[in-house]
Amino acid sequence: MIPASFDYVEAASAEAAIAALTEHGDEAKLMAGGHSLIPLMRFRLATPSVVVDISRLSDLSYVRDGGDHLAIGALTRHCEVEASDLVKSQAGLLAHVAGQVGDPQVRHRGTIGGSLAHGDPASDLPAALLALGGSVVARGPGGERVIAASDLFTGFLETALAPDELLTEVRVPKGPDTTWSFQKFNRRAQDWAIVGVAACRNGAGNGAAGSTGVALINMGQTPMLATAVQSALASGASAADAAARAAEGTQPPEDLNGDAEYRTHLAQVLVGRALAELG
Amino acid sequence: MTVVGTPLKRKEDPKLLTGEGKYVDDIHAPGELWMGMVRSTMAHATIDGVDTSAAAAMPGVHAVYTGAQLMDMGLWAAPLPCAWPVTPDMVNPAHYPVATGEVHHVGEIIAVVLADTRAQATDAAEQVEVSYGPLPAVASIAEARTDGAKAHSELASNKSYTWALVPDPAALDAAFAAATHHVTAEFTQQRLIPTPMEPRGVLAVPGVAGGDVTLYSSSQVPHFLKILLAATTGIPESKIRAIAPAVGGGFGAKLNINPDESLALTLAHKLGRPVRWTETRSEAAFSTHQGRGQLQRIELAADADGKLLGVRVHLDADMGAYMMLVTPGVPLLGSFLYTGVYAVPAFGFTCDGWFTNMTPTDAYRGAGRPEASYAIERAMDILAAKVGVGPDEIRRRNYLAGGEKFENLAVPSTLVFDSGHYGPSLDLALDKAGYADLRAEQARRRAAGESKQLGIGLCTYVEICGLAPSRALGGLGFGSGGWEHAVVRLLPTGKAEVVSGSTPHGQGHETSWSMIVADKLGIDPADVTVLHSDTAISPLGLDTYGSRSLAVGGVAIAMACDKVIDKARLIAAHQMEANPEDLEFAEGAFTVKGSPDKTMPIQAIAFGAFLAHNLPDGMEPNLQEQMTFDPSNFAFPFGTHVAVVEVDETTGQVDLLRYVAVDDCGNQINPLIVEGQIHGGIVQGVAQALWEDAAWDADGNLRNPSLLDYLVPSAAEMPSFETAFTVTPSPANPLGVKGVGEAGTIGSAAAVINAVCDALSPHGITDIEMPATPRRVWKAIQEANQ
Repeated sequence: MIPASFDYVEAASAEAAIAALTEHGDEAKLMAGGHSLIPLMRFRLATPSVVVDISRLSDLSYVRDGGDHLAIGALTRHCEVEASDLVKSQAGLLAHVAGQVGDPQVRHRGTIGGSLAHGDPASDLPAALLALGGSVVARGPGGERVIAASDLFTGFLETALAPDELLTEVRVPKGPDTTWSFQKFNRRAQDWAIVGVAACRNGAGNGAAGSTGVALINMGQTPMLATAVQSALASGASAADAAARAAEGTQPPEDLNGDAEYRTHLAQVLVGRALAELG
Repeated sequence: MTVVGTPLKRKEDPKLLTGEGKYVDDIHAPGELWMGMVRSTMAHATIDGVDTSAAAAMPGVHAVYTGAQLMDMGLWAAPLPCAWPVTPDMVNPAHYPVATGEVHHVGEIIAVVLADTRAQATDAAEQVEVSYGPLPAVASIAEARTDGAKAHSELASNKSYTWALVPDPAALDAAFAAATHHVTAEFTQQRLIPTPMEPRGVLAVPGVAGGDVTLYSSSQVPHFLKILLAATTGIPESKIRAIAPAVGGGFGAKLNINPDESLALTLAHKLGRPVRWTETRSEAAFSTHQGRGQLQRIELAADADGKLLGVRVHLDADMGAYMMLVTPGVPLLGSFLYTGVYAVPAFGFTCDGWFTNMTPTDAYRGAGRPEASYAIERAMDILAAKVGVGPDEIRRRNYLAGGEKFENLAVPSTLVFDSGHYGPSLDLALDKAGYADLRAEQARRRAAGESKQLGIGLCTYVEICGLAPSRALGGLGFGSGGWEHAVVRLLPTGKAEVVSGSTPHGQGHETSWSMIVADKLGIDPADVTVLHSDTAISPLGLDTYGSRSLAVGGVAIAMACDKVIDKARLIAAHQMEANPEDLEFAEGAFTVKGSPDKTMPIQAIAFGAFLAHNLPDGMEPNLQEQMTFDPSNFAFPFGTHVAVVEVDETTGQVDLLRYVAVDDCGNQINPLIVEGQIHGGIVQGVAQALWEDAAWDADGNLRNPSLLDYLVPSAAEMPSFETAFTVTPSPANPLGVKGVGEAGTIGSAAAVINAVCDALSPHGITDIEMPATPRRVWKAIQEANQ
């Protein structure tokens, strides 16, 4: 519980943070709210030689109407996403899920960008972004690019972000009449999900009207879409038949809370409940 | 003016809640060195080499010592103490603070780094290279019982002792032969990690000269610490001052003499520099003992009506790698309670203690009694089903004294229960719970085939606390008495000062003692100061464990107050020129009977006693008395708990919907403190039933040594508790008090699992192992329905 020695750099701007990443490469880690990085460092599971603190970049904390999408600054804290009227009205799933992360202390420190960049398959927000069909903006020395949520998560705690890229913004399609459901199964309120499901069905006000997004939490190496469920629904399967395919293509982890058999069962049950809620 | 019995807010809390409490980790000494522990990563191995050269060269490192080097330094006169040799032939392998030759559990200390800062000590400890010769690990009781398995290479077997309490073997056999109904059940008491809010820590500060050492430790037992560290290190007792500053909970985890405490003391003494250490939360899973760890087999014999004829119990108890302070005795504390609140003509109990390659076990909230209560209360439900009556009815048919009030009742486990009144406790609990309505709702859900089924669980417990009559402890082989010491003095300014040998670690002793003294002496509780937890201030004491503080330490204070009043009466009579027997003492003043205007407040008497200008001939100045109280009996609190759970049969999730607790701890000093103890106790028992489980793998590695994976529930997981109390005073002490620190834990695990099993009974499921995790419950349903 005592981190190894590291150098600390406080970034005064996004550009300075990117410059620090460029200088130190793999040896550097960005710290926003610190709620993923610091526990890993305290267990000495992460031993970065440089920590670049971006928590004071207040210009990256915002919620804006981007026309067809909402733009949420990467350093917006979970509690701010949860409480934002704009998020609640245009991406109700995201506001709700932000309110389910950890406990109130975590939600007052943790940031949406930090959670997504960490890429933890057991985290709630990546699944919400996947189900909503959102994206993130990555800024590097060469400028900005947009990465779709479905392309963001590449491996266990690995993302498509380059070592010198900073996740600056999260984008979700506006969906005032999107229906959604979030099913988080855990043993204590503050815990990561043993299995979780984020689902939404786009309403008429959305370009993908009628389509259903279903994402799974803690069912493999990465946050993932339940593609078998989605394609079953797209081809007209019943909710029950679609839910039965929830674990297809997953690699559920085995730990003290559950083996693969139990997680498979939970995924089917929870997807079934989510689809029932979508109506 | 009476404050006893009122819910006075705790004196301690403003300081603790505003961060002003000073814990060991808050206390610093100039020139202090941090210990960094090099801990074994193997459960069982020979230590083939320890290379400290890289660590010694690290920045800030003062020294690195291997176990062999420390032994050569002659720091110890004897191994760490076990104060409870339960049998004359108990096997007790030498347990020194640092391993040499062979390690016996993951986390055992192999070498110690001393460095200027904690981070330096941690970094350097990581650089010590240990070469191991792996040996097979014994990582379960079942493995320990296997022929050829050895947790200690030098021992002939893993068995440490067999302890038996079978008062009448022939009668026991006859009871089982005559029975209509037999129940045989086996239960696992999983290991638990105690997890007090404040981790353990120690700071040893040598005096400027003379070989004195002040030892600050987050301990429940500074008095034991001083005596036993003196005995095992050879440092004279008079040179050791043990201080337990603010201590943030213990639950038994701080009732020990630990390797780190002995290391800090001896290294500070040897080097002449302060030495400190605070465990990290993950380290605590290895550096502090664990609780429970038993396999239980209980057999009931009953007649056709379900009236008990006999109870036979065998335990296999997991000692862990070594005997700590009271490790072998924990199962014995429960042995007397396997007949619960029931009239049982014949009883037999045996226990085998086994060594394993895991962190040692020792006392944890309830220590032996939650296990006992769990076994008998689970078995009674199984018996009820066999007999075909409800769980309430089977209990009523078997209550001691038919559920009527009793005092000083001998039970077959050889004890005399001080008092009890079990019938009304059950009545009140069922009434509060709305038992009939709950059963109706359960029937409705079953008939409707709903996925969320209701379960209702009862537990009617009795516990044994107020440790203890010294003679009784002697009879059990415990290496200590059970008395408690108190001094009560009235200072010249009229304020009272109490010195107590009872060492609090969160219980609110200062408040409770102030209330007792305030009522006795007729003064304001705010005018009472309580001194404790420092062997230089309170040299005599036996500390806090086993729900003993009030029933022993509080009583000692009350009795010392009586002595103060007796002396004050003589002074008042002398100064008022009256006969002592003509004086009445009330509201803090002596009044001459029949002359209400002739009065003298006790504060004035205190000042007079200090001046000593006008005292009776031969009387010692000052108004101060002491009392050492040795109780005549244990205390036996009891109660009825009702748990209502909802089991989601689709996922196996168990939700605790309601929890009704009716407890009886005799007379109450502060109902607010009683309520708090019940709440916390219930949570710890429910935690064992549904969440907590120290999960050791077959190689002796702990899979969940952090609060990420070791699931301690929070308030969010608990319903609002519905509490009520009955009051059956103890005849064993003048306050009529019992104890309440462990009662909640002793009642709650059985109530919850009885409720879970009740919900699952339509599937034919009769048992679910603790903790009843969603996966475990779901699996049981799957298997039952195959």
